[in-house]
Amino acid sequence: MKRVMIFFSLLAGLLMAATPLNAATPTVEELWNIIQKQQAEIEALKSQQQATEQKAVAADEKAEAAVEAMEDTAAVSGNWTDKTHIGGYGELHYNNIDADDSSRDVKDMDLHRFVMFFGHEFNDRIRLFSELEVEHGGVEADGSPLDGEVEVEQAYLEFDLKENLQARGGVFLLPVGILNETHEPATFYGVERNDVESIIIPSTWWEGGAGLSGHYASGFSWDLAVHSGLKMPTSGDNAWRVRSGRQKISNANAEDLAYTGRVKYTGIPGLELAASLQYQSDASQVGSDGIDDGLLFETHAVYQNGPFALRALYAEWNFDGSGVEAAGADEQKGWYLEPSFKPRKDLGLYARYEDIEGARDQDQFDQWEVGLNYWPHEAVVLKADYRNRDHDLSSASGRNFDAFDLGIGYHF
Amino acid sequence: MRNLLTLLLLLVLGTSASARGVYQTQDDFLAEVFAGAPPQAAVVWLRGEVKATAAAILGHDYPALRIRYWGKGKRTAWILEEIGKEKPITVGLVVDDNTLRSIRVLEFRESRGWEVRHGFFTDQFSGARLTGGQELDRSIDGISGATLSVRALEKLARLALYLHSQTPFAHDPP
Repeated sequence: MKRVMIFFSLLAGLLMAATPLNAATPTVEELWNIIQKQQAEIEALKSQQQATEQKAVAADEKAEAAVEAMEDTAAVSGNWTDKTHIGGYGELHYNNIDADDSSRDVKDMDLHRFVMFFGHEFNDRIRLFSELEVEHGGVEADGSPLDGEVEVEQAYLEFDLKENLQARGGVFLLPVGILNETHEPATFYGVERNDVESIIIPSTWWEGGAGLSGHYASGFSWDLAVHSGLKMPTSGDNAWRVRSGRQKISNANAEDLAYTGRVKYTGIPGLELAASLQYQSDASQVGSDGIDDGLLFETHAVYQNGPFALRALYAEWNFDGSGVEAAGADEQKGWYLEPSFKPRKDLGLYARYEDIEGARDQDQFDQWEVGLNYWPHEAVVLKADYRNRDHDLSSASGRNFDAFDLGIGYHF
Repeated sequence: MRNLLTLLLLLVLGTSASARGVYQTQDDFLAEVFAGAPPQAAVVWLRGEVKATAAAILGHDYPALRIRYWGKGKRTAWILEEIGKEKPITVGLVVDDNTLRSIRVLEFRESRGWEVRHGFFTDQFSGARLTGGQELDRSIDGISGATLSVRALEKLARLALYLHSQTPFAHDPP
């Protein structure tokens, strides 16, 4: 019996040894192989991960290099564009003038100005500014009806002497008045520029010569210039007319030079106060012809406070000479006031009153004007205004008018 | 004529005189903003809505794929460029806690509008924040005859405030 029990015990042991559980239990050698295999797989995964990371880093580096290359390319091309600049402005006017003398009625549309700026920076200290203007659509050629002019209004080199001191030489705009140096259409009210800065200050007024400018952190600045002078006519319909004296640097007579100085204060945002003085050593460039030297005094204020703004300007000429005195044109002067209001960023309303005593009968008048500017873009403007002009002299009363003007302008 | 010759002589002398244009280097600006220890530069990529918003603020695309900035705490510093009338104006701007702390013209190359680089003009921007419409929360009084330079600085102020809002430094500093 004891032998039978031993037999069954051995049989049970053998059966247990033959069960699947005992079959899955690896031996030490099998475990070692499994571990080796798993380790190899881990190494392979690690290697793959490293390769992926390296690829990602390489991709990042390539992307960085590509961006840097693009930025470098942009910088290189930017250098060129930094050095040479093109800009311009233009304005189209529609004038509907209803004069007391109906023969002087006007309804016309005029591409008043088409202007291109070209500038070039030779180095950090020397740069060129130039402005080429076509007025009234172009100049007559081959019998075409064009009634305008092609003019180089600026072509000067500017030199930095110090951080706050510059010199310039060439053809430049004179530092007089509000509009003469800054007259892009979107920067001022009115389809037509104000008349004081046309008849008394003959804007746009450019001369050839040399000048110095300085400015200070306090907001003060000054300008001095020596330049070609006026060559005012002494006879004919335009006798003693300042605007007719501009030589426009076209073989300009430089027998008698002129000198201009300006001081300006812009130390409070929104405020500009300025005064200019100009001396013409002979306003006709010819001695003993009835006009000798002349002195221009101009002063203006510009103030902007929030939506409100005000421009005010006064200018006066005094000429010496028997002829100009006999004609009563030795003193020519004018002033204007222009309050404005911007209820919206893109809309401005203005009113202007000006009083002018120029040389010719038609240049002596006062004028009321109201209108609006609409800026669909900060550099694009649509304008509309109404003007009422009343001449001082009865001989010019037929020229009194009411006018309605429309304009469109841009700069870039 | 003697005066004319004197001025012409000054022109000639000018060619050997000091240069205008660079008022503070970018390194000096950053050193000043971060007390001598500027952090590593980071970038904001101009893509998607960020690119569109930057273009809407400037009125044109910003001429780069990304814009570098320097950030620490809730403060970021930006060096941005925008053309005034003809030439780019380089401006350093500091935004702190979504508020414009300072704006400084580092390089100015325009013939007019020099006023915009002085404190009497730039102080107006101090404390400015953006409204929901990406506008400044205040009116900036301009400089007569320098309208375009003034606009350029206003745009860069808005752009810096917007870009700051796109960085981690606008909320919880990393």
